[in-house]
Amino acid sequence: MLYAAVATGSFRRYATYRVATAAGVFTNTVFGFIVAYSYTALWDQRPHLGGYDLPQAMTFAWTGQALLAATSLLGGGGIDELQDRIRTGDIAIDLHRPADLQLWWLAADLGRAVLQLIGRGVVPLTVGACFFELALPREPLTWLLFLTSALLAVVVSFGLRYLVALASFWLLDGAGLAMIAGLAAMFFSGMVLPLPVFPDALAHAAQLLPWAGLLQVPADVLLGARTGAGALQGLLLQAGWAVALLALGRLVQSYATRKVVVNGG
Amino acid sequence: MADGVWEAAVADRPADAAGRWAVVTHGLHVYRLLVWMWIRSTLAYRVSFAMTALGNFAASALDFVALLLMFSRIDVLGGFSLPEVALLYGLAGMAMHLADLLMGSMDRLGSRIRDGSLDTLLLRPVPVFAQLAADRFALRRLGGISQSAVVLGWALAHVDVAWSAGRVLMVPVMVLTGTAIFGAVFTAGAAFQFWAQDAAQVQNSFTYGGRAMLQYPPTVFARDLVRGVVFVVPLAFVNWVPALWLLGRPEPLGLPPWVAFLGPAVAALLCAAAGLLWRRALAAYRSTGS
Repeated sequence: MLYAAVATGSFRRYATYRVATAAGVFTNTVFGFIVAYSYTALWDQRPHLGGYDLPQAMTFAWTGQALLAATSLLGGGGIDELQDRIRTGDIAIDLHRPADLQLWWLAADLGRAVLQLIGRGVVPLTVGACFFELALPREPLTWLLFLTSALLAVVVSFGLRYLVALASFWLLDGAGLAMIAGLAAMFFSGMVLPLPVFPDALAHAAQLLPWAGLLQVPADVLLGARTGAGALQGLLLQAGWAVALLALGRLVQSYATRKVVVNGG
Repeated sequence: MADGVWEAAVADRPADAAGRWAVVTHGLHVYRLLVWMWIRSTLAYRVSFAMTALGNFAASALDFVALLLMFSRIDVLGGFSLPEVALLYGLAGMAMHLADLLMGSMDRLGSRIRDGSLDTLLLRPVPVFAQLAADRFALRRLGGISQSAVVLGWALAHVDVAWSAGRVLMVPVMVLTGTAIFGAVFTAGAAFQFWAQDAAQVQNSFTYGGRAMLQYPPTVFARDLVRGVVFVVPLAFVNWVPALWLLGRPEPLGLPPWVAFLGPAVAALLCAAAGLLWRRALAAYRSTGS
């Protein structure tokens, strides 16, 4: 099938850059240590802050680093390329292809994310487990739930980034919007600080926003803050946002492609 | 341009000291010209500049918001109060962002090697270092610098320090020393890319990672990690060591107090080492020729 081929191609494309992957792993690991130590100091002062014990807080810190590349929290991850293609007008070629634009990029993003989940997720989490006491689950089912949640996180992240990229049809320079979107993702995903540590009202609101699906939900599933019905609820929240964002993306896409006028020759 | 300068710039190693000096002044001159060109080009799109500078300010502020959220739940972190942590944060931020402004585009070297555009730079009668450092000079980084400056100003007004002339002088010295240290790290990182083109990320560990680490008190980290940051990659001289002296706190590794004044010497050594590394790396460069 076409989209499976796109996904595999994207997976292999990112697999080619081994040195870049190794460099990324190194950076994620360094940041993992910094975040883990700062959380240790925080939880030393306030044990059970946000309902986490220390091993759970450590797990959160390292899961954040493990998912950072796969969910493209810092931007990048192929969609920048789409933004460029819209800006330069190359998108006209893409629109001539006998493939759906959104599905094409979603497949490519999933291929990239799976590679980066393995390539840049496993090592930092393992290093973290060697140097800190983590609250990792023993049951395979929980790991399966976590992987499903991580995959949904990628789809939610794609839905958000796709909308930002499509905005380039209207904005001449999408850099400002991409920056704001990136900051919102960092802050409301729990990457800057776990959401339960936020002031209560803000924490409750942030838990319902799509960005919570990027890190907070998968991390909570892994470290055991969301079990049973709670875990399913989290996954449903992610799936709901994924569907809503993809549908919105489709709507914007159909509107954008109807009005698009490509300049130049 | 004088012919002598042209020859000095083309020849890799000018024989005498005067020639070497000519290369340096020529490089600085060109750096200024290139930077001015990029600034004018940036300011041609004022709205875009304002937005990206604001974004840069906000991105830099995100870490401080995290610190504020932490301190809404606690009073001290690793034994340090909020103004004290803000001092560390402001100093580390100022140094990193200033170095990032002056030469942050060096991390594009790897992609320049890959697509062959480095060869174009080598053909020009201008030191490659000056061209690369000024490349796409990102004026928007003033956003991050001003954000750090605001926090630093607030921290200086609120920390409990018995200000003397020496302590006041230490503040600008710390900023300059820190900028030089981070500048050396940027240079070493760029030199490293001659060997590993795709490894631009590694230097983020030391620049952005270094800043992230230095914004917390050293008491937060394991002793071995602190040792590494003092002796191996001496980032501790950006703020930890001198700021602890400023705050009148004991140095975590039990080093003698005069170590606090070694910052400028450490920075000079580090810059020299990074410069040598850069020359070695550049001299060994072989273009793919395509």
